[in-house]
Amino acid sequence: MAGPRTFFDKVWDEHVIAAMDDNAYLLQIDRLLLHDVTGSVVMRELSAAGHLADSPKQVFGIIDHLLVTRPQAAKRDGWTPVAAQMISEARHGAQRLGIELIDIEDARMGITHVIAPELGIALPGLTIVCGDSHTCTLGGIGALGWGIGTSEGTHVLATGTLVESRPKTMRVSFEGELGPCLSAKDMILALIGEMSAGMGTGYAVEFAGSAVRALCVESRLTLCNMAVEFSAKYGFIAPDEKVFEYLKGRAYAPQGAQWDAAVMHWQSLATDADAVFDKEMVIDVSKLSPQVTWGTSPHHVTAVSSCVPSPKEAADEPTRALAQRALDYQQLKAGMRLEDVRLDVAYIGTCTNARLSDLRIAADFLRGKKVAPHVTAICVPGSASIKRDAEAQGLDEIFREAGFEWHDPGCGYCGSGRGRLENVRVISTSNRNFENRQGVRTRTHLASPLTVAASAVAGHITDARRFKV
Amino acid sequence: MESFTKVTGLAAPLLRASIDTDQIIPTRFLARLSEEGLGEGLFAQWRLLPDGTPNPDFILNCEPWSQAQILVAGPNFGCGSSREAAPRALRQRGFRALIAPSFGDIFYNNCFRNGIAPVRLSLQALERLSQLLEQDGQAVAIELTVDLEQNQVKVPTTGENFHFEAPTLLRRMLLEGLDEIELTRKQADAIEVFRNKDRARRGWAYL
Repeated sequence: MAGPRTFFDKVWDEHVIAAMDDNAYLLQIDRLLLHDVTGSVVMRELSAAGHLADSPKQVFGIIDHLLVTRPQAAKRDGWTPVAAQMISEARHGAQRLGIELIDIEDARMGITHVIAPELGIALPGLTIVCGDSHTCTLGGIGALGWGIGTSEGTHVLATGTLVESRPKTMRVSFEGELGPCLSAKDMILALIGEMSAGMGTGYAVEFAGSAVRALCVESRLTLCNMAVEFSAKYGFIAPDEKVFEYLKGRAYAPQGAQWDAAVMHWQSLATDADAVFDKEMVIDVSKLSPQVTWGTSPHHVTAVSSCVPSPKEAADEPTRALAQRALDYQQLKAGMRLEDVRLDVAYIGTCTNARLSDLRIAADFLRGKKVAPHVTAICVPGSASIKRDAEAQGLDEIFREAGFEWHDPGCGYCGSGRGRLENVRVISTSNRNFENRQGVRTRTHLASPLTVAASAVAGHITDARRFKV
Repeated sequence: MESFTKVTGLAAPLLRASIDTDQIIPTRFLARLSEEGLGEGLFAQWRLLPDGTPNPDFILNCEPWSQAQILVAGPNFGCGSSREAAPRALRQRGFRALIAPSFGDIFYNNCFRNGIAPVRLSLQALERLSQLLEQDGQAVAIELTVDLEQNQVKVPTTGENFHFEAPTLLRRMLLEGLDEIELTRKQADAIEVFRNKDRARRGWAYL
């Protein structure tokens, strides 16, 4: 195709096998990731329909959602009997279909969106799908990753392809320099809060600008992780030398001449200077403050140091109704200071913020401090490799000394508090503050690892900068 | 795949914005060995009181809306998690069509593959339907027709029509109940030609 193109256009175009209608295309899918919750169902339905895997070497099974993360658990295979059965089904399915499974006892194990870049399964310019909406995380290394349903997953497993409607393109440029105590989590939360609910619907979003280029690879994964909370199915950052350096030598990354060819290809993917997006916006990060959510939608977010907004400020009736319901659910009142909100639990982990750099930022803050006596604090590393590295650096000792539980890796209490978080207030580094997401009547506040660590020590939501004068 | 052409049925209003798939079916219903019974999880947190009995204030527990086939919702319906259990739970409890100003992108695609027509109407059209479906805060029992062949939502009692657009191929798949894998297999030659070229160009992408 002639003319200047965006990163997205280039990656999309080189995966088009055939046009299926005016806007739907049959795409080559380079990697399919099957985790224990949705992947098990995909393998089950593929076999029930009498199909085989089309390209099993491009497919990876991963056990992450249903395993037990509690330290020194006697058995990690599933936190309920049905969860254990589903893990067992995933094992049998992977064996039956010739798919490599990264299982609980594997030294490479961890959360799908954490280990896919860590192992070089995810690479720039690849199309990667998974029955998990946070597959957009992989955009952080310049892959085109997105979440799909079970039927689409079965189609990918059977054919190595997927029919997709071509989305519109958007560029969000974060410009300026981040102040102290701020992170990629604050950037993405601020974007979601600043824009109207659902603005990313129908778009593939490229994150760009000086503040994005300055982020390390792990922080880029955090930024892209929450594209879907902006309602964008795809979020990505064009890959650069930092990404190539990060990936070089990883287990499934290309080697030798193939590596050189790959890097040359990846360097050609950056958005052309004159490329046109369907929508553009610029966010100035230089005056950004630490962010925290107050309600039950990721759009219910504001500065930690400010007050709970009034539902009356909502643009329309459905949004007002949601905000009012959110206040009732969260047991908050409009106008109250967020820093007056007392916490029961502080949680560090998940595919958003469980990487080594996240743990190090929290540990650096926690060194020599104690979690408030009424707060239960939990840290769940994102992968076995992160846990090993953290322990080699003594971070586990800092967490434990401060009063945190130090867990084994996995998805942990993000999608379910497993009975431990019922009817309590949690500040969490995860990505979803939906009603009952972390457990029945759990009131979740999303924030960065530093804000969670500082709030754990304070016993209430707090701006970490108060400790750093 | 189950087809859908036209449905006339009772419409239940659920007019908040951003009703996410965790609300449509909570995570605890996802770990299961069969997709049968997903309907038991539909809106479980809203439908049931903490003691497990039906919440009498929830619209789908009220007569006649327990028989609703159409759900009318606020913007961004089905945002969040990709779980296909969400449209499956809706379908298992009798829903055939959903009307909202916008849907979560993944959820929208999943609906077409489960015999459900997701209909995007403008915010203005939704406001008009809201006036019909809720008066003085009380739900009003009216039927709507969702006609995928004519791309129209009709209000039989008032004669009003609202046009909607749907993606060409997904619409045809749903209208005709086509098996998507079979459809793609017809492209086998194109896939082979593509991969031969692609392997030469992007050999590093293949494991």
